[in-house]
Amino acid sequence: MRKTRVHWLYLAPALFFLTMYLIYPSIRTIILSFYGPRSLNFVGFHNYITAFTSPSMLVAFRNNLLWVLVFTFFNVGLGLVLAVLLDRVRYEVLVKSIVFLPMAISYVAAGVIWKFMYAYRPAYAAQIGLLNAIVVALGGKPIGWLIERPWINNLALIAVGVWVWTGFCTVVISAAYKGIPKEMLEAARIDGANEWQVFWRITIPYLKSTLAMVTTTMIVFVLKVFDIVYIMTNGAYDTEVIANRMYKEMFLYQNYGLASAIAVVLFVLIVPFSLINIRRFRAQEAVR
Amino acid sequence: MRWRERLSRLPLHLFLLTVALVWLIPTLGLFVSSFRPKQDLYSSGWWTLITHPSQARFTLENYRRVLLREGMGRAFLNSFIITVPTTILTLGVAALAAYALAWMEFRGRQLLLVLVVGLIVVPLQLSLIPILRIYQTLGLNGTFLGVWLAHTGFGLPFMIYLLRNFFAALPSELFESAFIDGASHFTAFTRLLLPLSVPVLASAAVFQFLWVWNDLLVALVFLGGYEQVAPLPLKLALLVGSRGQDWHLLTAAAFVSMIVPMGVFLSLQRYFVRGILAGALKG
Repeated sequence: MRKTRVHWLYLAPALFFLTMYLIYPSIRTIILSFYGPRSLNFVGFHNYITAFTSPSMLVAFRNNLLWVLVFTFFNVGLGLVLAVLLDRVRYEVLVKSIVFLPMAISYVAAGVIWKFMYAYRPAYAAQIGLLNAIVVALGGKPIGWLIERPWINNLALIAVGVWVWTGFCTVVISAAYKGIPKEMLEAARIDGANEWQVFWRITIPYLKSTLAMVTTTMIVFVLKVFDIVYIMTNGAYDTEVIANRMYKEMFLYQNYGLASAIAVVLFVLIVPFSLINIRRFRAQEAVR
Repeated sequence: MRWRERLSRLPLHLFLLTVALVWLIPTLGLFVSSFRPKQDLYSSGWWTLITHPSQARFTLENYRRVLLREGMGRAFLNSFIITVPTTILTLGVAALAAYALAWMEFRGRQLLLVLVVGLIVVPLQLSLIPILRIYQTLGLNGTFLGVWLAHTGFGLPFMIYLLRNFFAALPSELFESAFIDGASHFTAFTRLLLPLSVPVLASAAVFQFLWVWNDLLVALVFLGGYEQVAPLPLKLALLVGSRGQDWHLLTAAAFVSMIVPMGVFLSLQRYFVRGILAGALKG
């Protein structure tokens, strides 16, 4: 490597963007979070108190927690199961592509697709949503999937997220799974271990860091979840999430102080997981 | 023996078949429905095409209507106008920075790297309000320029990170011998690095293209009140708001918004998956 000053030429455009679009605005947002709706008067921690006590925010916190638990569990779990099972069949690539496809389309489109799946009509009318058609065919009453609070509608939204992200988890975990030396698995089987033992004693320990990485990635995404909720319910019937609340405070109510405080809360929630990612990056850097 | 073996694998196949169907059917249902006449859509479910194929009727009217009368045609164009320059700009700026971070020695390099990685996970929400205000002052709200710059800023940390990881993994002898031969950094960058990095640049381009194409939040904030410049997801969201029960329009509109990403995904799947894996696995 050579020592010059020319590096600034290469870095300048990036530094401009990073400063103007991320660093400066982030700091500014933190400052604004201590000011009133129009950023004119200093209000101390008032916005934060509102952010942690207002009923709509409490619902949002509860729902984001539900998202973190259910969404992450099902995505990582399904991804792991699919990665292991798909390795045993010849049509692996085909199923992987099918499951991965939702990653390519927008959450808005995914939301419309599932809104149609969840479509609700009264019992006397013909059902046009597949899920309610199945429910009715089985002798049940049509269900308001996006209306029944608090569990059905939130879980219905989370299901859409799982539908979108399972492909990602499957592909990432599968890539790591293929890295397990085949001799290791074979040796264990020859020694009399059954598939269950192989899975828990070899596969899981071997995949530990990948699973941890996928989990943190899922949590970071899910804390920010916005589009799916915005498009499908816009937070109605107790389906509010933090990011949608922030958007509403910013655009609908133009309360920049509270919106900023919510954004800061979101950021603080994400930081621990981001630190894990950075540490892993540094560790990798040290190896090199 | 062979039969018993096959039979024991039956649950495995059934499970995977179920998964494939659950992942395929929602999209398929939307696709089929978008071609059904309005009356049919409301009087029966799309699956009746399979149960009663003789009654099936198809039409292109829904597409004609959303493209020409509901503004999805204009939105389609807007999506390209927004996505293509953004992708080029992001990649260019990121490649330069990533090269410096990988192959130039300067003080604070490590710190800068950590900063870039740290910025990946800064939520968009934390920057929106101040930028919105600056844009109001500069008159950048509702302009393509404003969205190009914003997307570039937000996409940069991940892009730099992705490219730098690839650049840094290239053999150092290559660069050392080039520098010994008197090559400048500019020559090394354009003649050596870029040609070697075509696969990762393709992955990065596909990734950024789809990311921007599918974005809702940035468009909503900076183009929200300006329907003339709205890209597909924003336009589709507006349709859901104004025509929430008009499934003949929503199904067709949703599919219009999906055509390009699905085409990109199916034709460039390798690069797409690689782009995502690089970001995740290298983390």
